[in-house]
Amino acid sequence: MSEAETNRGQHDIGGLNVDSLIDRSEHRLSLSERRVDAMMNLLFAPDRKIFNIDEMRRAIETLPSDLYENYNYYERWTLAMEKLLIGKGIMTADEITAKVADVRARLKEAGVSA
Amino acid sequence: MSPHDHEHGDDHGHDHVYGDDDLLAEVFEGGPPDDYEILEIALRELLFDKGVITPAELRAKIVEWDGKTPENGARIVAHAWVDPAYKQRLKDDFYSAAAELDIDTAGPQLVAVESTDDVHHVFCCTLCSCYPRAVLGIPPEWYKSKEYRSRIVVDPRSVLSEFGTTLPDHTDVRVIDNTAESRYFVIPKRPEGTEGLSEEELAKLVTRDSIIGVTEALKP
Repeated sequence: MSEAETNRGQHDIGGLNVDSLIDRSEHRLSLSERRVDAMMNLLFAPDRKIFNIDEMRRAIETLPSDLYENYNYYERWTLAMEKLLIGKGIMTADEITAKVADVRARLKEAGVSA
Repeated sequence: MSPHDHEHGDDHGHDHVYGDDDLLAEVFEGGPPDDYEILEIALRELLFDKGVITPAELRAKIVEWDGKTPENGARIVAHAWVDPAYKQRLKDDFYSAAAELDIDTAGPQLVAVESTDDVHHVFCCTLCSCYPRAVLGIPPEWYKSKEYRSRIVVDPRSVLSEFGTTLPDHTDVRVIDNTAESRYFVIPKRPEGTEGLSEEELAKLVTRDSIIGVTEALKP
């Protein structure tokens, strides 16, 4: 990799030497992915002023590189949304941790999760 | 409804497999929920609890995206093919031209570029996934892939050939990179032998991929 390439952001990949073929198969979005997409679009809508689309891009582009590389598109969006909502003071990391625990317990109770 | 009931169908964004009441259902495909599905539920419920967004708003937004399909883009292209004055208006002011067909393109600016015998256009988003969502819906997985984003800007002909598209040597290939503020829309070249077709028949020849520019319009 040239020096110019190593100075790029991890998202800035136009023209990089990637020789693998494109996986052209169509993927139907899951309901969860559709919700993440819709929530993000609601949150960065100009009339809501929670965050703007450039802040959202920045949040995705600055995810830790192992996450950026190894997680899929909507997983990155979910992590970026979490980061933004904490950063904007909409919710705290502790609140999220507590809610995740509630959700896990509820799903287990309902027999949905393993 | 069990998750099993949803396994088939819904290859098209406009088919509502889930009733509107089920859009917030805890339905998990392909096994137990993973960490991200659980995080999605947690963030969503906190947003609802805090009144940042409402369940009704979220349902409405999902339905709105389901309704934005490549059929909208196809109608615009077919109309531009049959009406040169409309095509010019589309190039000059996409938002107003789309509104003439009752298609709402509020949001990032859309810019129409026309492919001809001399020049073929194809767009991408090298940085992420910016896409003319208002007229094509949510982008396909491959559009967001590392392979497409990196390769299309340096070796477009090999990428096009993977999509089954071979252009004559004399046709220039122009690759256009979208930004958050401005997204492109390719008016593909009208196929030969389509002189007698109605606008509705023409629209059926216009695929999502032909508006991105990785393919040409279908032949009749």
